[in-house]
Amino acid sequence: MSALLEIDNVTKTFRTKGFFGKTKEVHALNGVSLSIEKGESIGIVGESGCGKSTLANLIVRLDEPTSGRILLDGTDISHMKEDELRPLRRRIQIVFQDPYSSLSPRMTIGQIVTEPMRVLGGHSEAETEERAKELLHMVGLQPSAMRRYPHEFSGGQRQRISIARALMTEPEILILDEPTSALDVSVQAQVLNILTDLRAKLHLTYLFISHNLAVVKYISDKTVVMRKGAVVETGPSEEILTHPSEAYTRELIEAVPMIGKPFRMPDDIAESV
Amino acid sequence: MEPILQIRHLSLSLPVKKGMVSILHDVSLDVAPGQILGLVGESGSGKSMTAFAVTRLLPGGGHEKLGGSIRFCGEELTEKSEKDMQAIRGRDISMIFQEPMTCLNPVFTIGRQMTDVIMTHQKISRAEAMKKAEDMLASVHIRQAADVLRCYPYELSGGMRQRVMIGIALSCRPKLLIADEPTTALDVTVQAKILYLIREACRRLGTAVIFISHDLGVISQICDTVAVMYSGHIVEAGKAADVFETPEHPYTRALMAAVPKFTVSAAAGDRLFAIPGIVPDPSEAMAGCRFAPRCPFATEICRTAPPSDTLTGAGHLVYCHNWQSAAPAIGVLRGKEAEA
Repeated sequence: MSALLEIDNVTKTFRTKGFFGKTKEVHALNGVSLSIEKGESIGIVGESGCGKSTLANLIVRLDEPTSGRILLDGTDISHMKEDELRPLRRRIQIVFQDPYSSLSPRMTIGQIVTEPMRVLGGHSEAETEERAKELLHMVGLQPSAMRRYPHEFSGGQRQRISIARALMTEPEILILDEPTSALDVSVQAQVLNILTDLRAKLHLTYLFISHNLAVVKYISDKTVVMRKGAVVETGPSEEILTHPSEAYTRELIEAVPMIGKPFRMPDDIAESV
Repeated sequence: MEPILQIRHLSLSLPVKKGMVSILHDVSLDVAPGQILGLVGESGSGKSMTAFAVTRLLPGGGHEKLGGSIRFCGEELTEKSEKDMQAIRGRDISMIFQEPMTCLNPVFTIGRQMTDVIMTHQKISRAEAMKKAEDMLASVHIRQAADVLRCYPYELSGGMRQRVMIGIALSCRPKLLIADEPTTALDVTVQAKILYLIREACRRLGTAVIFISHDLGVISQICDTVAVMYSGHIVEAGKAADVFETPEHPYTRALMAAVPKFTVSAAAGDRLFAIPGIVPDPSEAMAGCRFAPRCPFATEICRTAPPSDTLTGAGHLVYCHNWQSAAPAIGVLRGKEAEA
């Protein structure tokens, strides 16, 4: 059985121009391979700079990989041109971390949520609005929200609006890039519960990116641990947490502060430049 | 031990467009030397404002109204002039913040910035101050401290910058360190090291610490005592071990139940406990308990009369009408029953 989304040996190298014209190469991703089946929820966990967001940007093709292939249903989308990509964009949508900068302050919620459908075309105005209202209802917002502006909503509500917008095009895959990192725990719980319900109701496939292992464990069936642009370990979430096979995964698990867990002195406390 | 900081019935109002809005209500706290007090709560609960009130770094351009008492080393801080406060800040009371990059000046070296602070409060030469700075960096476990002194902030990682900030904050051996979400922007492995450093410095130097965080896990791990804040009130306070083992306030319980744990997963049908609604706006007037609209155990009295502080055990305070009758645990609710 072929995977819905296949990431095959993908690398991404960024060239940065230094202050005096010296170029430096940053290897954000070094031969990452992943395969995602339809209906799966996969979590990617890792610390800052591990390449998890770069990977998300490549999958939604906000950026192009340096080498390797990204296959959607067996079709390589890694170097497709924008006009070829357009019909495929409907199938993969993304929700970003910051609910403040990812919604335009000058558009109403109605305009924000319906925009993906209007861009893709082929739907009547009435149909679009009906779907927007239905999705807002699914994420727990009133239809009256359509006429209001982002600043009238809290962080958690805005993130729910972002989710509704991402679902407008009836995507199969939803990329969630740290969607709850900017939220308080109580609000995070609301958003995670909504995501769980939506996945069951709409048969979605999730790629959930987070630095929080407990959140990834909660939402994902499978967990991928990344470090320095490479995959360290992949496996069922339960397995990864209870029997991590890599030292780095263990270190990551140990470092998560939990209520009732005694404070353990880190192995090497010192740091140098 | 005799507390070094005693806050009693602290209230704070800040000027807004139309009149004043009340931010803190009747906040009382004690911090002892060598001890860490955790302030925990959602954004907007007033934890940072409590810290700013102590250092008098308040927004409001001098029009803010501070009530109650803040006694620090036997002196009343609320009566101090701005000039006196300037001498206290950085010397007796230091602060570290969430974003170490914005706290450091990008155009000066670490050495210059550290010695500036030391020389403001101590009459010593730059060379002597440089030696002190190097010792300070070594004490926060930075290898090759002399090299780091020559670095600019951009050359350091987030964890290193936070170490430098802690070094600067401790350089004058303050009696009180206020740490406002110092590890929120850091990775977990780096966070663990910074938490250890703060605790070690607190014990070694006898510094009292107010540690502000929204992360219950962090608070539970490094604090000796804890105060849970909600909408400008302390709703529960006590020894950290007591509060986290037997949380009495519905808000504390709800917060603890909302945190995802390694043992729960959506695939197994577990649901997280979500607190409905959001923290009320400080300008919103309420006759009763400010948590009542979101509280699963609220009764008529909660909506009509404010609760009072009740002592439930040794030093364990709870600010709730129904703490005894409220169901003992809001666990992770399974399946669809969470909806009901």
